[in-house]
Amino acid sequence: MTEPSLQARGGLAVRGYRREDEGSRPPYLYPDYRATRLRAPRQPLTLLPHTLTEVTGPLLGEGRVGELDHDLTRQHQGEPLGERIIVAGQVLDGDGRPVPHTLLEVWQANAAGRYAHHADQHPAPLDPNFTGVGRCLTDAEGRYRFVTIRPGAYPWKNHQNAWRPAHIHFSLFGRAFVQRLITQMYFPGDPLFDHDPIFHSVRDPAARRRMVAGFDLGETVPEWALGYRFDIVLRGRDATPTEEAP
Amino acid sequence: MSAATPSQTVGPFFSHALPWPDGPYVVPAGTQGAVWLRGTVLDGAGEPVPDALLETWQADPAGRFDHPDDPRGGTAGGFRGFGRCPTDADGRWAILTLKPGQVPAPDGRRQAPHVALSVFARGLLDRLVTRVYFADEPDANAADPVLAALPAPARATLLAQPTSDGYRFDVRLQGEQETTFFDI
Repeated sequence: MTEPSLQARGGLAVRGYRREDEGSRPPYLYPDYRATRLRAPRQPLTLLPHTLTEVTGPLLGEGRVGELDHDLTRQHQGEPLGERIIVAGQVLDGDGRPVPHTLLEVWQANAAGRYAHHADQHPAPLDPNFTGVGRCLTDAEGRYRFVTIRPGAYPWKNHQNAWRPAHIHFSLFGRAFVQRLITQMYFPGDPLFDHDPIFHSVRDPAARRRMVAGFDLGETVPEWALGYRFDIVLRGRDATPTEEAP
Repeated sequence: MSAATPSQTVGPFFSHALPWPDGPYVVPAGTQGAVWLRGTVLDGAGEPVPDALLETWQADPAGRFDHPDDPRGGTAGGFRGFGRCPTDADGRWAILTLKPGQVPAPDGRRQAPHVALSVFARGLLDRLVTRVYFADEPDANAADPVLAALPAPARATLLAQPTSDGYRFDVRLQGEQETTFFDI
């Protein structure tokens, strides 16, 4: 997909990527999420016009994904406890085009709300049959599918009686440095949404809904597992190449 | 046009999921000319950040990217250009890489050698993006369009300093000598 007009006046004019509106970009400083207070920069960000560095990016995949990485219920001797689910969807760019052969990485708590991570001190049981880490590549149409266990909610000490809504972490690369995305997938109708500052750090309600999977009877496998659909949209491209100096 | 899926924090529990054994090795150990790019991530209280993840993306020594949208052809010797390293208990990170070459700018100028750097961490609802430039490239840096647009103190935060085995680049998330971060 090389752009036709890349050579201009000896420079490399590139087609940049559109910037998202403020309502769908969480701020760095969001005091209700306590950990932002000492980690958010105080200076405004400097606008960086896109150059070849930003419109290229690592195309990872081959050799990074094992045979059972997409099935988090089959990575140990026995089956993990909890509600088996399927999470499937399509990775698209902001122009509706599928993003094929791109790496997805997921990680999550177990059914009891505990991560297989040394720093997780929640007094809920670990599951010897669940690590909660998966990877896959999208297919030629940008589609992906994981089999896993529905994660539990867990307390996180951000404020009095603070609980995270159940979520699965997603990491994606797309095909450009500017498309890199780490986000969280939530489950529909979670009663904890209204109490979660991380979810609410995205100020636009429509943007928040884009982080919530939908129940999908079509993905549901009879007598076996409920299906959820979670489509992910990475940034789309500008209409015209930029040739201006910063 | 559809709107993008918003970012959310990487959280504190990614270190069993995202780091790869070879993540810090943009080039294999023993590669001729390889340098260690090392640093510490510090928060607004000057305390090390022990649960950050850093990712790098860069051109090869000839200034080319391992990507089909680089119209000048691929990198030499399959140079991957991507590094990933979590911080340790003292907030330190390191990648082994080759110093990148100059990369063309859209207007015909040339960009000074630089490495694009993403910082993910608990408490960062979106990644922070900065650029690592090299203090021992004064001429190229002086002609770089991105650096030229910055006031001197902001520019100084982007210069990796030479060390015995490579370069040092600390990331200060907040406060005095706060690193210059970019809206990309």
